[in-house]
Amino acid sequence: MTLAALDVFADSLHFLVDEHELLLDKTWEHMLLSGAALAVSIAIALPLGVVLGHVHRGSFVAVNLANIGRALPTLVVIAVGYAFFGIGFTTVLIGLVVLAVPPILTNAYVAVDQVEPDAIEAARGMGMTPAQVLRRVELPLALPLLFAGIRTAVIFVIATATIAAIAGGGGLGDILVNQASYRVEGVVAAALCVSALALGADALLGLVQRALTPQGLKDEVPAFEPDVRPIV
Amino acid sequence: MTNEPVIPDFGEASSCIAAKSTFCPDWVRENWEPVLQPALVQHIELTIIAVGIGFVIALAAALAAHRLRHVERPFAFAAAVIYTIPSLALFQLLVPFTGLTVTTVEVALVGYTLLILFRNILAGLRSVPGEVLEAARGMGLTPTQTLVRVELPLAVPAIVAGLRIAVVSTIALATVAAFVVSKGLGGPILGALRLDFRTEIIAAGALAVGLAIAADVLLVLAQRVVTPWAASRRAA
Repeated sequence: MTLAALDVFADSLHFLVDEHELLLDKTWEHMLLSGAALAVSIAIALPLGVVLGHVHRGSFVAVNLANIGRALPTLVVIAVGYAFFGIGFTTVLIGLVVLAVPPILTNAYVAVDQVEPDAIEAARGMGMTPAQVLRRVELPLALPLLFAGIRTAVIFVIATATIAAIAGGGGLGDILVNQASYRVEGVVAAALCVSALALGADALLGLVQRALTPQGLKDEVPAFEPDVRPIV
Repeated sequence: MTNEPVIPDFGEASSCIAAKSTFCPDWVRENWEPVLQPALVQHIELTIIAVGIGFVIALAAALAAHRLRHVERPFAFAAAVIYTIPSLALFQLLVPFTGLTVTTVEVALVGYTLLILFRNILAGLRSVPGEVLEAARGMGLTPTQTLVRVELPLAVPAIVAGLRIAVVSTIALATVAAFVVSKGLGGPILGALRLDFRTEIIAAGALAVGLAIAADVLLVLAQRVVTPWAASRRAA
């Protein structure tokens, strides 16, 4: 059984080489779809979460949103979107945004809300305006959790974009759900591509996070570590 | 016996179903027993097995990491890699080894619970204050007694928090299992997608979300039962 499995992986390596144009095309589509969904989600959720955290309002909504987000199965979101908005890029984009907003918003809220009051007090005492407090004190200290939310959303979005092929989203899911056309080796090759994409995206965000983190806090940035802490 | 042709009786679709309306309560009532209930039961089975096995592995790893520092990083790294791989891809990568079986699904689902449970169990064990450990040692407890009587009970809230996340995410992820094996609530959803039948999508989807919420509430209640000492703190 194991030998047969190794054969499949050998064949899928051939597929990776022979069909690299197709795979690159689909990977690019996957990245475009995921990137678009993330850009929209970050544009909506990040400012909202940061502002709510800054004024310490709306904790009930912000925290429960994350729990609801976790309970929403990706397949259900995509299927309901497909049933009501039909097949296509927009449907899938909406589905991905619905899944990506909760982790980003909740983590942004918690991140800014939980900044040490003493640090804010000290910044005010130094004569900083509220905007300066936000930009120079709260945001740098909130960075780890802010990124935890974004990295969680990236993992969700890349995974869900795979399933989104059934609603016409395109991307590597087109191959993954179509064993009839691409056979096992094609499916396994696409699975390898999408796994590499997810791992690469998370590692890249880890690097961005490191670059943005103030010198003194750099050691605390995990190189590669999705966030699975409970949000309370 | 007459020689009349046998025409099978396919019944009659209700006007609601024929019109492909958004939601037909009649369909749900008629298909609860043959379709929805078995899928719900299978979904619960998939989840309990995955979280159960994942919990045993994660607890063992967390206990090892609690004593031996160098266990933490490799295990957390491996679990993080698994956690990051998209579910559909992980299922398909396992198919060459274990085929289109429940085993494939369970291996993947167990894999996704590991990082969540390991991180939270370890955080719980490490959150026990130093003075408490000091007191336990002062009372003459052996390390094993300290673990069982002091550290694990005090870690219960963090462990339950991890279990809640693991259970809720496993229930959500188990819908994707339908791409590999027709078990769980993902089955009716995928089937209904092909037929463009909204009632079934909504009914099965609502069951999956409802199951996740119910399981979450149950775990919170279970935590209150096993940590009675926390009640007074909650009231305060």
